[in-house]
Amino acid sequence: MLEIRNLELEFRSDHQAVRAVDGVSFSIATGETLGLVGESGSGKSVTALSIGRLLRTPPAFYSGGEILLQGRDVLKASDLELRQLRGRGVSYVFQEPGASLNPVFRVGAQIKESLRLHRPEAATEAEVVRLLQLVGIPAPRTRAKSYPHEMSGGMQQRVMIAMALAAEPKLLVADEPTTALDVTIQAQILALLREVQQRLGMSMLLITHNLGIVGQMADRVAVMYAGQIVELAPARELLRRPLHPYTRALMNAAPKLGTEGGRLANIPGSVPRPGAMPSGCRFHPRCAMARPECSVQHPELVSVENGRQVRCPYWNSP
Amino acid sequence: MSAAAPLLEVRDLKVHFPVKHGVFGAARGMVKAVDGVSFDLAAGETLGLVGESGCGKTTLGRALARLVPLTGGSIRLEGEDMAQWTGAQLRARRRKWQMIFQDPYNSLDPRMTVGHIIGEALEIHQLASNARERQARVQQLLESVGLEGAHAAFYPHEFSGGQRQRIGIARALAVDPKLIICDEPVSALDVSVQAQIINLLQDLQQERGVAYLFVAHDLAVVERISRRVMVMYLGKMVELGPATAVVRTPRHPYTQALISAVPEIDEQSQRPRIVLSGEMPSPIDPPSGCPFHPRCPVAEARCKVEAPLLREIVPGHWAACHLADGSSSPC
Repeated sequence: MLEIRNLELEFRSDHQAVRAVDGVSFSIATGETLGLVGESGSGKSVTALSIGRLLRTPPAFYSGGEILLQGRDVLKASDLELRQLRGRGVSYVFQEPGASLNPVFRVGAQIKESLRLHRPEAATEAEVVRLLQLVGIPAPRTRAKSYPHEMSGGMQQRVMIAMALAAEPKLLVADEPTTALDVTIQAQILALLREVQQRLGMSMLLITHNLGIVGQMADRVAVMYAGQIVELAPARELLRRPLHPYTRALMNAAPKLGTEGGRLANIPGSVPRPGAMPSGCRFHPRCAMARPECSVQHPELVSVENGRQVRCPYWNSP
Repeated sequence: MSAAAPLLEVRDLKVHFPVKHGVFGAARGMVKAVDGVSFDLAAGETLGLVGESGCGKTTLGRALARLVPLTGGSIRLEGEDMAQWTGAQLRARRRKWQMIFQDPYNSLDPRMTVGHIIGEALEIHQLASNARERQARVQQLLESVGLEGAHAAFYPHEFSGGQRQRIGIARALAVDPKLIICDEPVSALDVSVQAQIINLLQDLQQERGVAYLFVAHDLAVVERISRRVMVMYLGKMVELGPATAVVRTPRHPYTQALISAVPEIDEQSQRPRIVLSGEMPSPIDPPSGCPFHPRCPVAEARCKVEAPLLREIVPGHWAACHLADGSSSPC
């Protein structure tokens, strides 16, 4: 379905080029959900935006790699091809539905516009109502006439999902779709995403910083740090036995419900900014198991076992 | 009052806001943001406050900081009624409590150096006799939150989010408060940095004996840092108890749903999930009877008419539910 090979993305200005994504490769099969995990600044969102080529160029600049969506290279696509890929190929749901919806149009009209662009033959009132029903909005006929500000955050996010589904995309990219929502509403939206994915057989790229959500939703998971994938594995196995020191540290840093107190294992320092990357392994200044060699050698992402990949030569040492 | 009187006694606290039509319009209703909340907070204790957006948790925190007018009830700090303080009296006592905010980007003045931001509080409350002493205090404070004394000359934009939150904590500590109201202090931070700040807050509490009211929506964070946890729904307290008891044996159906909705990493520990239908009703027009009944999976006929009172289900563990009892084993 989707295959990203060695993607390199830079942000260029007059004075400098900053590499935000550095050699990222992963694939997503039809009907599969890949979780993309990492802290802010790890490059996960810009990687996802690259699939629909949604970044303005310049300042963004693709310095290498390819993104194959249904066999076509997005990075080489013409404007016309891009318009066809966006929507029917890949659709997006973002974190803040309030900021993504147009405040001056009724939500029904916005869904209809999405239909007109991507499935003109289906741009009807009835289809708008069907989509609103699909995403679990009560009284869809009335709600289609509402303005975004008249809806709660959870309802707005359902509308965003309806708009994304209007194009019947092969791949849905959900970038922190529930981060702005309360936990009971988050549970509703995650259940909804799972249900429509199964019903429509879509692939999904789910970006989150919450490993609990990964456990519930993803088949496989890729962990990003400072522009690189540091670990990629089936979700169950990664959560059961993380191999990369960063993944392990992330899991230990998140407090778990119903576990005894005591100090949280924190990760010292903070995520390096692109343009100020440490030498050698990018995680070594914060890594509890770092050795002297780590500040010099650049570890490769290597396959280790059962389809697992890890970017640390010492993953197997105690 | 015995010698072990609580630091803070809150009784039947009410904060209502009028909802107006237009600029000059008459009030068309009242939002009961906080509606009859009572609790105690001991010196050096952490009380966690959880609930979804719109439940009134932030308003409660702001009311305790005397930042919004009270509609009713009382707040006693060290035995004195806070509501009676005005003007100079209030200003003189303001250093007894401080606030830490969610967004470390917006709560620090971008045009002031860090030294100035922290030093200002010392100046206002005359806690340093001269500039040199003030400078020394600022350096001490910065070091106590894990920054360096030299950082005093920098501006907020030169720091990362986690460092900015440390500056916010140093500013709060400057006046040596008895109580810090922490409003979602780690929600905007990455997981790795969040753990640093939680550990820092715990260390500072041990050193200084400061009490925290810790407002957050992340139950796991609240459980970790709090001795007791309070759950709010539509302006009312629905549950209050020891942190581990509230998380492991929640007595109120809302708390049970809230906890079951937290996505778990570990499959084995996965609790049965209760996905609540609908959303929190508008606080302008709350439901009759129990405010939670329209979404409650176990609601009975009387829940629609009779508002449940807060009852002590087991010693120290309170819940406002007709159906909660000590014998049943919840979820």
